[in-house]
Order: sequence, then C-alpha cells, then structure tokens
Amino acid sequence: MASSNDVVLLNFWASPFGERVEIALAEKGVHYDYKEEDWADKSSLLLQMNPVHKKLPVLIHHGKPICESNIIVQYIDETWQTEDPPLLPSDPYLKAQARFWADFVDNKVNFSAIWRTKGEEQERAKKEFIDLLKVLEEQLGEKPYLIGESFGYADIALIPFSCWFYAVEIIGKMNIEKECPKFIEWVKRCMERESVSKSLPDPHKIYEYVLELMKKLGN
Amino acid sequence: MAKKSEIKLIGTVASPFVNRVQFVLNLKSIEYEYIEENLACKSELLLTSNPVHKKVPVLIHANKPPICESLIIIEYLDEIKPDVHRILPSDPLERADNRFWANYIDNKFFPLYEEMRVTPGKEGKDAIKKRIIEGSVLLEEAFIKFSRGKTYFGGDDVGYLDVVLGCFIAWTKFTEKNNEFKVFDEVRTPRLVEWVKRIWSHEAVKDVIPGNEVLVNFYMMLQKYRPPRAV
Repeated sequence: MASSNDVVLLNFWASPFGERVEIALAEKGVHYDYKEEDWADKSSLLLQMNPVHKKLPVLIHHGKPICESNIIVQYIDETWQTEDPPLLPSDPYLKAQARFWADFVDNKVNFSAIWRTKGEEQERAKKEFIDLLKVLEEQLGEKPYLIGESFGYADIALIPFSCWFYAVEIIGKMNIEKECPKFIEWVKRCMERESVSKSLPDPHKIYEYVLELMKKLGN
Repeated sequence: MAKKSEIKLIGTVASPFVNRVQFVLNLKSIEYEYIEENLACKSELLLTSNPVHKKVPVLIHANKPPICESLIIIEYLDEIKPDVHRILPSDPLERADNRFWANYIDNKFFPLYEEMRVTPGKEGKDAIKKRIIEGSVLLEEAFIKFSRGKTYFGGDDVGYLDVVLGCFIAWTKFTEKNNEFKVFDEVRTPRLVEWVKRIWSHEAVKDVIPGNEVLVNFYMMLQKYRPPRAV
C-alpha cells in the first residue's frame, strides 16, 4: 500500500469532479494526503502541477501530476489492482460503453442554469435536466448499475452530482424522485457504498454553497 | 482478426474524428466497411446507431450495439487487437498523460478553428489566432516531451497523439490559408513542422486525408447551416 505522502489529492470540497477521484481512491483502499484548494485563490502547487488548465482536481503520485477527473479515475484503476472487480470492465466492449457514459456525463450534465436563471429560461433548464435523467434511466434499465452488475467508472462519473439535487429541488421547486424514481433508486444504491457516502458532502452544505454562488451572481 | 464485413465505420470523409479512427484501423490492419454519411441529411442507420449524439464516427462490430466517440473507438480497437501496432502505451502514467493531451486537443485546441470561422471581424479573429498560436506552443512542448528526440509523439512510429493531432492537419492547412497565418511555423514550432511532413506521408495516413475540394464543400455546408455570428 502506498504511504500517504506518495499520493496527494488537490481538491475543492464542493467539486463533483474531485469527489469522483475520492470515491475511486476509497474503492481501492488507497491512503492519501488531501489538500483543500480555494479555486478562487489558487496555490502555487496547483499552478505548477496543472499549468495547462489550472483546474482541480489534481492527483499527485510520486511527485507526478495527473489531471482531469475521468483520466485520474482510469489511472487509479490501472495503477491499483485489488481483488474486487476493476472500476472499468475488462471486456473491451463494456469498457467502451462505460467510457461513453462517463463522457456523456461530462458533456451533458449541467444544471447550474436552474439556479442562474428565472422564468421561461429556468423552466427550459429544468426540463432539459429531467430529460437527461430519463436518458440515464433508460441506460440503467433493469441493471443495478449503469453498465451492469458492478459499481464502476460510469457510476463514479455521475454519482457526485446527486448531492446537488437537494439544492436543485428547492431552488427549482422540483421533485426529482417523482419524475425519475428509477434514477433515485440508483442514487440510493450507490450511497450504500461507504466509498460514496464518505466522499460526498452533505447536500445541505451544497445548498448553502449554491446560495452563496447565487448571491455573488446577484440573483 | 476481423473479417471485412465484421467491422463497419459510419463516417463522413471531411471529419477529422472519422479520419483518426481510419488511421488506427489502417495501422492495425483491421479490415472494415466504410459507410459515408451525409451530415446535412442524417440516415436512419446513423440516427439509430447514435441516438444520443447523432454524430460520426460510429463503429459497429459484428452484432453488438454501436460504439461512438472517436477516442473511445480508438481505445476499443487497441484493446481488441493489442498485438498489432499498439496505439497507447501500457504504463498507467504515460496513458494518463496521453489522454490528457487528447482531451486538450479535442476540447481546447481544435474548437478554436470553428470559433475562428464563426467570429466576425478582424479584431475577433485576431484574438482567436493568438489563442491558436499559444496552443501550438503548448503542443510543441508536448511533442518534445513525448517524442524524446524521435520522429513521432509515439517515438519511432505513430502512436496515440500522432493519430489524435494528425487527423487535424488538413483542416489546419485549410484554416491557415483562409486566415493568412501559420498555426505551425518553422520558428515557433519547428519540431511540429517536421512532424506534419512525416505524418502526412505515412502509409496508414496519406490515403485517408481528405483533399481540398472535400474540405471546401464541407466548409460551404457549415457556412450555410451554421452561419458566422453577426457583427
């Protein structure tokens, strides 16, 4: 097992991208040092480790940085192999499916418009968000997880956004469980895993954070 | 070994994302059936194969449901035929580094060409040119790091980033001509200028690169269906 200062995670507590990495590290039982970063006031370590994008999260392993959350999760899966099934399926075809859905999450999941807009624009954003969840429900089908029987890469890509649902429901006056019950079942199933429940922040804290963001934007 | 009919690639000849998959199919000597798609009028096959994004390329292997997204297809091909011309290295850190730069090229660098097309006015375009030039310097540094003094990003022969960046060369030359500037130039990015010549004439690449007429037609279609922004 790597000693904790071999593995360092630079992260911001509310970042769903950082949480993906925390979940993956927990799934593999990797000990690491956690360094909280303020994305509004970046440390010199962050700027040195991610000069191209200057973004979080960054994983530093043996002094070498790895950036981009989905890339970090794949790195973790390839570097630390345990007795449990790998985070990415070994079958190339299923692996491609897992990558597709993680990519889909990155390109499509964006519900900040729900608290940044009002009126018609907000209604549109709400509808788009629910439509998105319905696409994901279709992918789930009768399976326990997005790709099959095991919790893995695609689930890890998506689950951190669930702790933002409380804020979205209050601000958007929505009931996500009513519209997408299967999706919420999947969320609850993932939350039963210690790696997930210990890595995700309290939805109430996220709600407070969103209120702060809205105040800064003058909403 | 895939038989000719076992692998189908739905694409459009002007798409660099399709081209890069073709490079890999050629490098790995995988036979495939190519189905040309008209993006202005998408076929039933494409819409049912990629209902989520409705985009090319789409790879269909035997009777399995389709695989979409060029970078995902490339990794899939590398995994089903790992013994012929390995595309990605096996070391996890090198893989992460390669994937990082592919992400940069696809999400930060190449979109600037389209940005250039839709941005009106000289000032706007000059600002985009500046960003493309900054990007080219980053790519030159990346080339130096990955090539370790050899000919390609992949070393002695074509590797992942050669394929990922190499597919954009035709559009690069087109954009340079259209906008009277150099994306890669002998002073600023000498290694990449050399690299462009090598990759352009590589066996697996040269017959796949679209000609200027194809690019012009595609460009006209973009101008029509996604016109530049008003001033």
